[in-house]
Formats: sequence, C-alpha cells, structure tokens
Amino acid sequence: MLRVSASPHIRDKVTTRSVMLYVIIALVPVIIASTFIFGWRALMLFGISAASASFFEAIARRVMKRKQTVGDLSAVVTGLLLAASLPVDCPIWVLLIGNFVAIVVVKQMFGGLGDNFANPAVTARIVLSVSFTAQISTFSVLGKCVGETATDLVSSATPLAIVKQGQESLPSTLDLFLGRHAGCIGETSVIALLIGGIFLLVTGIIDIWAPLSFISTTALFMLATGQDVLVHLLSGALILAAFFMVTDYVTTPTTILGKIIFGVGAGLLTGLLRVYSSMPEGVSFAILLMNILTPHIERWTTPLTVGGVKHAKS
Amino acid sequence: MKMKWLGLSRAIHPADRKGTAGLAIKPLSGFSRVTIPLDMQVGPGCEAIVAKGDHVDIGDPLGKPLGSWSVPVHASVSGVVESVREQILSDGSHAQYVTIISDGKDTVSDHIQKPVVTDHASFIEAIRSSGLVGLGGAAFPTHIKLNPPPGKKVDTLIVNAAECEPYITTDNRICIENADDCIAGALATAQWCNIDNVVIGIEDNKKDAAAALKEAAKRAKREGQGNVEVKVLPTSYPTGAEKVLINLINGRIVPEGGLPADVGVIVQNVTTLWFIAQYLKTGMPLVKKWITLDGGAVKTPGNFEVPIGSTIEEVIEKAGGLKAEARKIIMGGPMMGVAVDDITRPILKHNNAILVFTEEEAILPEESACIQCGRCFRACPMKLMPAALDKAARANNTAELEERHVLNCIECGSCTYVCPAKRYLVQNIRIGKALVRAARAAAREKGGKD
Repeated sequence: MLRVSASPHIRDKVTTRSVMLYVIIALVPVIIASTFIFGWRALMLFGISAASASFFEAIARRVMKRKQTVGDLSAVVTGLLLAASLPVDCPIWVLLIGNFVAIVVVKQMFGGLGDNFANPAVTARIVLSVSFTAQISTFSVLGKCVGETATDLVSSATPLAIVKQGQESLPSTLDLFLGRHAGCIGETSVIALLIGGIFLLVTGIIDIWAPLSFISTTALFMLATGQDVLVHLLSGALILAAFFMVTDYVTTPTTILGKIIFGVGAGLLTGLLRVYSSMPEGVSFAILLMNILTPHIERWTTPLTVGGVKHAKS
Repeated sequence: MKMKWLGLSRAIHPADRKGTAGLAIKPLSGFSRVTIPLDMQVGPGCEAIVAKGDHVDIGDPLGKPLGSWSVPVHASVSGVVESVREQILSDGSHAQYVTIISDGKDTVSDHIQKPVVTDHASFIEAIRSSGLVGLGGAAFPTHIKLNPPPGKKVDTLIVNAAECEPYITTDNRICIENADDCIAGALATAQWCNIDNVVIGIEDNKKDAAAALKEAAKRAKREGQGNVEVKVLPTSYPTGAEKVLINLINGRIVPEGGLPADVGVIVQNVTTLWFIAQYLKTGMPLVKKWITLDGGAVKTPGNFEVPIGSTIEEVIEKAGGLKAEARKIIMGGPMMGVAVDDITRPILKHNNAILVFTEEEAILPEESACIQCGRCFRACPMKLMPAALDKAARANNTAELEERHVLNCIECGSCTYVCPAKRYLVQNIRIGKALVRAARAAAREKGGKD
C-alpha cells in the first residue's frame, strides 16, 4: 500500500523536545555555577524541581485524560527555571507547591504547553513570593564566596536589597559578574547565564531582539533615574529573564517588532518597580504584565502580507 | 554562517539532496504501452478524437482542445489505441485516458513539420499546437501566459532555472546539456512577444549549469542574437516560486491576487523555453518528459527521458528497479509534489520528478500543540502567520482567514517543514483557502439574487 498525504513530504529535524533540550543544555552552566556558589543544596533544588514539575505534568495530563506530553521536556525547563528563581534556603515543600502552581494551575488548567498565557515559572514565583514571603526571603550563600571563613551557608543581603536599603557595601563588579553573592540560585552568575544565552542565540533557538531591548531599556531607565546601572544589570533576575523568560515562545510575541515592544515594556516596568516600589526586584511582575499584553502586541505588529492591500475598516 | 540570532529568515534551507545533478539525462525506450490523460493542464483539457483500434504515430493528436486555454495532447509512442475511457486523475479530477499499445517501432507521424512563425499571433498558435504547458510543475498553458491581457506591458522575461525543490535536477541537466537552446528559446520568446529584457535566475548550488548558461549567453550576444543576463541567487527554498523569484530578480512585488504581468514580468521555466527552441526547429510536439528518479527506495537514481503516459511502474523498472519497498511515491518534489495512490499512474507533461520513498522516509509525524515559536512566520515568503491561519482554518473562521489574507499563501510548504510541533500547517491553510473561496462564491450568488 502506498501512503498518500498532502505536501510537503519532508520535515525539518527540529522538534518541540529538541528545542526544550537545547534550553536545558543552556541552563547547565548556571546549574554548575550555582552549585559552586550555593553548595550541593542548590543542585538538589534544581533536581527536585525538575522532577516534581515532570511528575505534576504527567499526573495532570493523565487526570485530564489528555495525550501524555511529559516527554516534550517543557516541564523540566519550567522546573529548572522556577528553582533558578528561588533562594537556596527555600524549603522543599514550598518548591513543590511552586511546581504544582506552575504546571497544574498556570500551564495545564489553561490547556497545556502552547495555551498558557502566562509564563508558568514566573507566575509560580510570584505566587510563592506573595504566599510564602517569610520562607523565601532569606538569602544565603557559601561563606567562602563572600570572603568569610565559614565554609557553610551564611545569610547575606542581595545586591538589590543593599541598593534599596543601603546598609551594607555592595559586592565588587567582578563578584557580581561571577555571581559570588547572595541571591536566587540561578540568577547570580552573569557569566554562566551569558554562556547559556549565547548558546541559544547561535543555535537559533532564540533571537536577540527581546533580550536586547529588555536589557537596554532597563539600563537606560536606571541611567535616567540616576541609579547604579552596572549593579542593576548584573544582579537580580534581569539576565536570567532576558535569555530564558522574555524569550519564552508561548508567552511572548513572534514578530520582531513585537519582541522589541515586549522587551521595552518589560524593561520599563522592571525599572519602575525596582526604583519606585517597596520591593527590591520587579522582573517577575514586569514579565507577567507583558505576558498578558502579548496577544494584543502580536495583533498590532502583524505585518501586511507581501503584495497585500490593507482591508478597509468596516 | 547564517546569522540565526537575528531571526530575519524569509526562506528555509532543507538539504538539497541533488545527488543526481551530475548524471546526464538518459533516454528510456521500449515501453510496452502508454496511458495518456487528455487533461494535463490548468484549465479544461481535450476531448478524444481517436477510438479503440485506431493506429497512431508519435506526434499524432489524440484529442481536440475543449476551450481557448486547452492545448492538444499527442501520442508519445506509435501503435494501436487499446481504449479510451474516463478515469480519476492523481489530483482527484476526472479525465479521458487514451491507452496505446506500442508497436515497438516508434514511427514518427508524417504530419510533423516545422512551424511557420512570422509574428506574435503565429508564435502563440505554434506554442499552443506544440501541446506545451509550464514544465516547472504548474502545468499552466504556456500560450496563455505568453499572451497577457491587453494593456499590460511586459518588459522582462524571467527564466526560472532556480529548481529550488530538493532532489530534482532535470532543469539543471537541461541547462548543462543544452545551454545554447535554453538561451535561443528564451530569446525567441522575448523576440516574438516583444519583451526587452531576459534574465535567468539560477541558484548557486548549480554552478555547472550557471556557467554553461553564462557561456551560451556570451555566444548568443557575440552572434548578435540578443542579450540574456544570468543572475546567480543564493540557494534557499522557495527561490523558484514565481512571486519570490520576481522579487529576487528585479525587486518588484506582485500584488495579492495579481499576476506577474501586473508588474511587467512573465516567468517561464527554463525547460519550457528550451522546449520552445526545440519545437521551432523540429515541430515535434511535447511527447517526452525529462524526470529525476530518486528517493531512498530507488536502486539507481538518475535523470531520464521517458514518453509521456508511460507508467511510473515501467519507468522504475527500466531505470533499474527498487531496492526497498515503495511506501510513498511523489510526482514532483518533496515540498510541493503530489503523492500518488497507484504505481501504475502515468507520467504527465508537467512531472519533473518521481520520488520513491521507503517506510522511514514516508513516516507521517504526529502533531502536537503549537508552541508559538514563530518559525513558520519567519519561514513564510509571503509574511503570513501560518500558525494563526492554521488555527482559523481549523475553526472554520472565514472572517479571520480573510482578515489575514489567506489567499496570498503560495502553498510552498515551508511552514509545515520548519514546525517543531510537526503541525500540518499548509495542509490546513489549503482548506482555509477553499473555505474563503466558497464563502466568496456564496456571497456573490446571494448578491446576484438580491
């Protein structure tokens, strides 16, 4: 029997799973760096988070009687990104609740991968920071990384908290770049994040527009409001978000102009929240708000087809 | 190095798989029978003028054209008509089929004579009597294309030698083996149709063909026959799509729903023009076709000259047979070709390849949810949003499909090719186009009644 189907008859090798695998590979430098900066517990958090996200994905699909999608690895990416945006002191049960919120509530209840309007990891982090503020607002770091003699974890202030409260002295620029300071486990090491980001750029998994406009808008905002631009760029969730969150396929626009608008909007909101709100960090809220605007941005920036004539307004 | 990080692509780059590019076109003969459909073109075909038991020679007409768009169909072997019957074509439409049992002599008809061409009208008439349709795969009647509606001034003849579909290498071989006639055919067409400029577009993965065309163009210029420019374009898909090629050659944009003639251009496939040169010299109508036979199941892939109407089965057998079970047979390229249901289907005028795929090559991927990655949008040469069109088509949302200009889709298949979720995008967009056409027709009918 001959198989009959409509053209095209050949397909590119790229699959959803391979795209997710590239993102996971891009996160490996961050995971390694965080293990050096925060100890084995950081590695454990990444592992538990990825495993529990996959578990919730598999269970949710089964309960909802939908096609099993845990194999597409998108839950692993969500789990890793959620862990990356939590402190090493985060209790395991809080992490599990976070993954439940990300996968079951934000992702699967809206239809699963592709239909979730908000970034699951970002939204779950916001839910945790509002619901379990006490549990996730202690930031520790290995003592040797912040020039102390203790080899264990020591509690320390994050650079953005220092900027906000201005009590302690900031880490050196080199330490900010390497990530040797307190913060969320996947956010501190700018060098590791850059390695992952460049990997995603050269392999064509993401393009430059959203990260570029997001980072540069934030920088310009800080410059205009007289803040320390370098500290703001090198600390907090900015760089992690630039390469892994404002580039999320599902929850950001697909047009180049749309990506730029998204990045500028998220950058402006980040600046406003960091400088004028009572919170030290504003990246998560900025991204969530822009996620909500994404369908509209997509429509505003849809180009006219080649040779097309604009429809008359009716 | 492609700068992927800019996300600017408007094309795709599938592996070109042109392993047959170096293999000369080999004539295959000794076919026992041919089955020739009388409709192998865009527009109505022919009505049979032969009957069971009639003797025909190569080049004898088998049918008379049904309309002004129709071109005649000719016998491709000499022998006796075994049957004339109605049958379903591989594209689902109906047509009369004439089956001729070959007498093995390949006698050429006495009626074949060099056409007398003195002006545009006699040129167009000659082209029509040759039975020629666009040989690049579209089967659009050439005499209609070369005779644009009055008031449209055409200043450029673009010769399409892009051959951007993977696997196919017949245009490439025609250029290498007959470069002088390719140029002569283009110049004759330009001369009789009063077109000033002739530009050949060819991709840079066909170096030998491009060099041969350039040499031939130089010779033609030296001998005072006329000017032909050869433009080498970067290899990507779909360079050879009419609207894309025009834009690459002279930057013009064909309006949505319009024709190349609207921007002063006529595009003709290089093999079509080469055939015109042949026909003007000999008067032998279109009875043979040049095809690439390739695919994982084919024992000895190559380029072959075969009589129109010979069955795929017999062509494969004479070309060396199969080395694996055929699970999918494609007429044309893998991006836009038609999968046929039966190995006994005949070779048509506009076939330029037969691809025989193995089980592994024929696997239909299972689709998953759209992840809105934008790859289809970046791949679309028409700047459409395939994922949104796909969604609207699945929802029967004709208003949304109209709003998003679905009819401007050229069905190149790039969106489906790149989709990581393996969604059947262009396949659903085709349905969307049909929905919009049906809705428009219904609206017209309603408007007429009111």
